[in-house]
Amino acid sequence: MKKIESPTDAQLVSAYIAGDEIALSKLINNHQQRLYNFIYSKVYDRDVADDIFQDTFIKVIRTLKRGKYNEEGKFLPWVMRIAHNLVIDHFRKNKRMPKFEGFGDFDIFDFIKDDGLNVEKQIIKDQIEFDLVGLIDELPEDQKEVLNMRIFKDMSFKEIAVSTDVSINTALGRMRYALINLRKIIEKHNIVLTN
Amino acid sequence: MAKLYAKKPRSNKNLEGIKPKQETIDFILNYSKALKIVTYKKEKFETILN
Repeated sequence: MKKIESPTDAQLVSAYIAGDEIALSKLINNHQQRLYNFIYSKVYDRDVADDIFQDTFIKVIRTLKRGKYNEEGKFLPWVMRIAHNLVIDHFRKNKRMPKFEGFGDFDIFDFIKDDGLNVEKQIIKDQIEFDLVGLIDELPEDQKEVLNMRIFKDMSFKEIAVSTDVSINTALGRMRYALINLRKIIEKHNIVLTN
Repeated sequence: MAKLYAKKPRSNKNLEGIKPKQETIDFILNYSKALKIVTYKKEKFETILN
């Protein structure tokens, strides 16, 4: 029994250039899996792989129909080269905004964490700070001054002493009493300051 | 910065048998049928027939 030989790529390409649309269908059918796997193995995204596969064949069709294809018996390597270039274009385009996705056990978010407070904790923190400012206002003027300089202006006790024209020990003492008085006010009003 | 390595390399076993969507193939075939190249003097023009 005579074996039916399937047409070679070169024959299919010639037939396609001559106007046989079915030849293109056969070419796609023959090579789709290998080409698609090649693209997918690079991009790991079905939708992107489909787009690149489609763009590859659009380039193939335009080149063939314009008569610019040189048949050297290397249809598949030529198509693979086009796909390879399109994959590179895809990654160049996405370079400015890289996309991270988890694969298997590896997840980028195991390594990158957001150290900021969540919305609830941020609201609580704002509330505590607001309450604390009110409590500080209750302190005697000299203690309030030292506490503001130390905590909010981040000044050293030496700087505070010079600025308020007192000794360092006095500045330290005022700070100590400011904290003691703050605790007393908090206890007196039964205020809970926690985060 | 320390290099980060995935515990398991990406498995290639899932790659076997995956193919482009049928609508992608259909689009390519329809595009091919619709595309006509018109040659005028030395210039070539592409036209898409709907």
